[in-house]
Amino acid sequence: MTVPVTAESTGKPAAPSGWTPQKPTPWASFSNWANRHRKWVFASPAMIFVALLIAVPIVWTIYLSLTDSEGSVRAKAEFIGFENYLEVLGDTERFWPAVWRTFYFTGGALAAELVLGMAIALLLWRPFKGEKWVRVAILLPLVATPVAVGMMWRLIFDPNIGFANQVLNWLGLPSQPWLSGEHTALPTLIFVDVWQWTPMIVLILLAGLTSLSDEPDEAARIDGANSWQRFWFVTLPLLRATVIVAIVLRGIDALKTFDILYATKGKGGGSFHEVETLNVYAYGLSFDYNDYGIASTVLILFFLLIIALMWIVTFRRKGDRS
Amino acid sequence: MKRHSVVRTVAIAAAAFLATGALASCSAGDGDGGDGADGGSKTLSVTLVNHVWTDIIKEKIPEFEEETGIKVELSQYGEDQLSDQYNVKLNAGTSELDVMMYRPLQEGKQFAKNGYFADLTEDVESDKDWDWADFQKGPVGSTTYEDQVVGVPIITEQEVLYYRKDLLEAAGLEVPKTMDELEAAAKTIKEANPGIAGFVARTGKSAAVTQFSSFLFSFGGDFIDEDGNAAVNSDAAKEAYAFYGGLIHNYGPENVSTDMSWAEAMAIFTQGNAAFYTEADSLYKNATDPANSKVADTVGFAPIPAGSDGSKAYNVPSWALGINEASENKDAAWQFIQWATSQDMTLEIQQAGVPGARTSVWKDPAGVETYPADLAEAIAISTENGIGHDRPLVIKVPEAREIVGDPIVVAITGGDSDAAADKANEAFQELLDDEK
Repeated sequence: MTVPVTAESTGKPAAPSGWTPQKPTPWASFSNWANRHRKWVFASPAMIFVALLIAVPIVWTIYLSLTDSEGSVRAKAEFIGFENYLEVLGDTERFWPAVWRTFYFTGGALAAELVLGMAIALLLWRPFKGEKWVRVAILLPLVATPVAVGMMWRLIFDPNIGFANQVLNWLGLPSQPWLSGEHTALPTLIFVDVWQWTPMIVLILLAGLTSLSDEPDEAARIDGANSWQRFWFVTLPLLRATVIVAIVLRGIDALKTFDILYATKGKGGGSFHEVETLNVYAYGLSFDYNDYGIASTVLILFFLLIIALMWIVTFRRKGDRS
Repeated sequence: MKRHSVVRTVAIAAAAFLATGALASCSAGDGDGGDGADGGSKTLSVTLVNHVWTDIIKEKIPEFEEETGIKVELSQYGEDQLSDQYNVKLNAGTSELDVMMYRPLQEGKQFAKNGYFADLTEDVESDKDWDWADFQKGPVGSTTYEDQVVGVPIITEQEVLYYRKDLLEAAGLEVPKTMDELEAAAKTIKEANPGIAGFVARTGKSAAVTQFSSFLFSFGGDFIDEDGNAAVNSDAAKEAYAFYGGLIHNYGPENVSTDMSWAEAMAIFTQGNAAFYTEADSLYKNATDPANSKVADTVGFAPIPAGSDGSKAYNVPSWALGINEASENKDAAWQFIQWATSQDMTLEIQQAGVPGARTSVWKDPAGVETYPADLAEAIAISTENGIGHDRPLVIKVPEAREIVGDPIVVAITGGDSDAAADKANEAFQELLDDEK
C-alpha cells in the first residue's frame, strides 16, 4: 500500500512555487515505471522463461489429453472431453499394472538405497586412512551414464553368456533368468538402480552428518548409551530433515526412471511388459503407437500423482514442525 | 539517483541480452535449408539406418557429391532411434529432413496417411533409363499409397533356415524339408549335444512376429483373412504359434530370454550354440563372416521347411527411400534417390550381400555369384512362393505386432498359446475395426 504513495510523490511532485513542471520524456517515464515495478521487471525474464518452457508444454499436454489425437499431432483431432481419462483409469491390462510397478520399483529402490546409504555414510563419517580413495570409488556409479549402465548390466545379466550366471555356476548354483525372467526382471533392475544411486543418498546423508555437532552424541555416550542406541535415539532424529530431503529428491527421481528400464528391456518393458512403469508406458504410447491423446492422459495422471506425493511429504513435514 | 541508474543499466542490459538471444534463435531457425526453394541448395540431408546397405552407400557419397555439386549431410541411426527421430521431426513439420530411409511395412502406411511423404509418381515414371518397371511388383506395391508412389524400395528380405552342417552330419541327418523333420532334427541334436540348442529364433513379442510369419503362412494361416478380419486364432494360426514357441521352449537355449531380436538370436547361433535358426536372409553376412561368427565355415542355408500348406516364406521390401513432403530440396533429394537406386548401384550392393529390389539384378548371374550357392537357391525358392508381407498390414503396425506377438511369447514360456491366440484375436479385431 505504501508503494503507490511514493510513486505518486516521485512521479508527479507537488509543484513548488516558482517551478514549472516539465513533461517527462518517454524514457524517463518508462524508467519511472520500471522503478516503481522493480520486482516485476526483474522477475519477468525468469517468469517468461518458466511460462514458455514449463507451463506451455503442460497446458498443451492437458489439451492433447482431452482430444483423440493420434498418428500425427498436426492431424485434425477431435475434442472428446474426459473420454481418455475414463479409458485409461478403466484399463486394468496396462495402466494399473504400470502404476503398481512404478511404486514397486520406487519403493523397493528407495528403501534399499536409504538403508545402504545410511550405513555407508556412517562408515565414511569418521575420518580414516585412505578415506579419499574410498569416497571416489563409491561415487563412481553416480557419474556413469545411465544408458551405458543399462547396457553393462544387460551383458552381465545375460542368461547364457552373462558374468552373473557364470559366477553362480562356479559356486555350484543354478543359472537365473535375471533380466529376462517375467518375475525377476524388475527386482534385478531395482538392484541396478540401487547400485547406481546409493552414492547420491550417501552424499546427502554425509553432508547432514558432518553438520551435526558432537555434543548430543557425547552426552549420550556419557549416559551409557550403546552405539545402536546413540544412532537410533540421537543421530537419526537429528538427521531427520536430511533424510526427508534425500527421500524427496531420490523418490521423485526414481518415480521418473526411464533410462535403465528402456536400455535393458526396450519398448513396452519386455514381452510381458514386466518392467513397464508409467514413464515407459507413456513413451510407448506416444512413440510406438502414436496415440498422443492417450499418452498425454497417462502423463497428466502421472504428473498429478507425483504432485500428490510431494504434497503428502511436505505437508507431513509442516505438521511435524508445529 | 545513483541506485536508479544502476537499475536502469541492468534492465537495459537484460533487455538487450534477451532481444539478441531471441533474434539469434530466429535466424538459426530460418537458416536451415531455407536457401534452396527450387533445388538450388547445396546441402542435402540424408537420414539412413545402420545397415550394410548404408555402409556401402556411405563410401560412395563423395562420388555423388562430385558429380552433382550437392553436399550430402548424412545422419545414421539404429532402427528404433530412427523411428523416434522421424516421429519427433515429422510431427513438428520439419524441413530439415530430405531423403528418408524407412520401412514400408512398418511406418509406410502411417507416414503416408499423415502426409509426410512427397508424391514421387511423376519422378519415377519420367526417367526411362533408370527404369521404374525393373522394380519387383511386391515391393512397389508396398511403397505405393492410394495410387501415389511415395518411396523407392532398396532392400528386399526373405526368411530362410540357417543351419549347422557339422552338427547335422554328426547326427547323420539330412537338411529338414518339412516342419516335422525340423522338429525331429532339433530334438536329436539337442539331446546329443548338451549345451547346444536344437533351434533358436527371435523371442521378443514384437521382434518375433516377422520371423514367425513364415511359419504361420506355411501352416496355412495369415494375420488377416480375406474379408479383412482378424485371423490369429484360426486352427492354422494356433498350430503355428504352438509349433514356433514349442521349438524354442523344448529345444531352445536354456533360460531363454523373451526379449531377443535378431542381434541376440544371431549371437547365439554364431557363437556355435544352436543347430537351426530361422532369420532374414539379408543378415546372412553376420553368420558367414569369420570376424563375427565362429560357425562361418559350417553354416548352411535352406528354404523354410514346408508345413501343411507348403514352404511359404515372406518376401518383403524391408527398406525404401522416400522424400519428406516438407523438404525444400525435393529435386536434389530425387537426384540422390535416383543415384542410390540405379541399376549399377543395386547390382554392386547386391554383390556385397544385400538383396536388392530390381528384377534385373536377380536375372543377372553376376547378381548372385557372390552368394553361397545354397543361399541363392533358397532365396530363389522363397521369392517364387513368397508372401508379400511379414507383419499385419495395418496403419498401427507397432501396436498390431505386440498384439499378434503375444501368443508367440506365451508358447515360448510353455503357457497356453491357444487361449492367448483367442485373446489376441479379439484385441486385433478391435484394432482393425478402429482403423476402418
